[in-house]
Amino acid sequence: MRTISTTILVNGTSVTRQVEPRTHLADFLRGELGLTGTHVGCEHGVCGACTVLMDGATVRACLVLAVQASGREVQTIEGLSAAKHKITQALQEAFCARNALQCGFCTPGLLATATELLTQDPTPSREAIREAISGHYCRCTGYHAIVDAVQQAAAVLATTEEPTR
Amino acid sequence: MKPTAFDYVRADSVPHAVRLLAEHRAGARIIAGGQSLLAAMNFRMASPEILVDIGEIEELRDITLTARGRLRIGALTRHADLEASPDIATHAPLLRQAIRHVAHTAIRNRGTFGGSLSHADPASELPACAVALDATIHIVGPQGERTVPARQFFTGVHETALRSGELLVAAEIDTIKPDEVSGFQEFARRHGDYAIVGLAAHGRIEAGRLCQIAPVFFSVGGTPILARHAAAALADPAVAEPETRLRRAREALSSDLDPPGDPQASAALRMELARVLLGRVVGDMLATRTGA
Repeated sequence: MRTISTTILVNGTSVTRQVEPRTHLADFLRGELGLTGTHVGCEHGVCGACTVLMDGATVRACLVLAVQASGREVQTIEGLSAAKHKITQALQEAFCARNALQCGFCTPGLLATATELLTQDPTPSREAIREAISGHYCRCTGYHAIVDAVQQAAAVLATTEEPTR
Repeated sequence: MKPTAFDYVRADSVPHAVRLLAEHRAGARIIAGGQSLLAAMNFRMASPEILVDIGEIEELRDITLTARGRLRIGALTRHADLEASPDIATHAPLLRQAIRHVAHTAIRNRGTFGGSLSHADPASELPACAVALDATIHIVGPQGERTVPARQFFTGVHETALRSGELLVAAEIDTIKPDEVSGFQEFARRHGDYAIVGLAAHGRIEAGRLCQIAPVFFSVGGTPILARHAAAALADPAVAEPETRLRRAREALSSDLDPPGDPQASAALRMELARVLLGRVVGDMLATRTGA
């Protein structure tokens, strides 16, 4: 099968590669760029492990083709961490503090989703957090600690937030 | 799993997409958000030779009020767009209610309205809403544009009135009137999972009573099902008491539905859940109107 050129802004750097059309974004990030923080689980959109931000919104990287992502901006956990993204960083600290991860397989995806949630809703209820993370499977924690961590991150961000006026 | 190898081409416009479909004929599939198609391809349940990507045709991503006072929703309107749109909230509250039940945020950020209708999954929410709202489906193909009522569009499991080489470009619905009301509920094992049974309903209320209703069940057969017998009982002018109407409507559901059983739920459980949903949704609709 022929290959097609795709150019994606990944974590602030423009990358161009020739790819087979069937290469999905998660395999592209891992295989072509070595960004193995994006995990591949079910490959049909159910487990949430491959969730990344594309143009600032969460997507399943297993359900986006690398050729479809051409011209778009993608942020992975590596980029969010390196950029010291304020919300992601608060979440990472809270996830450690609340034991919201064990094996870590689901964590990068959950951090992307929780980052999107706290960007849109800085003070989510526990119910809203549960709804937001309902598209992620975690087989270690039982989710309770993850909800705690997201809530703690929201509380920390609320106290460190610069007053807007 | 990984999909089988395929070719890929981006369409710049609707005519370009139609030309590409004509050129590649049966081997081609349209991809928009890809949230169902790519999953099916990763399972190797679908193996197209070439994907025609319509995802970048911006003109298909509009929600507009037409000169005739109808709401036209472009095929590429994403679920997240529907969720955020003030026009949808005001003029098509049924879609606003339903959309939160469609999968999860990451899927809603990519999945499209037209894709959901064309894919015609029997367990999905938006086809049922289109039938309840008596939507008109706009289709473009090699012979030009044609329209099909949503009530004739869904013909089977993943089967629609779309012919080979055609593209769904929009759906049009009437904006909600002051005496009309919508209701939506579903049962699923986990928030965002496919429904075991779901109900989308739209109706008209006069003097506190339903005088017309379109209750459309999904995940109870190959297509969304408009429960005509239950609808007649719910809006029966000869019966005054709402409780009697509802009881008769629940009984009438056995004439409307013949749900399948599967490992998720037996046929009997689906039928029972459909009866429960009917009561809840009708209750919601009446409560909305009386401001309770």
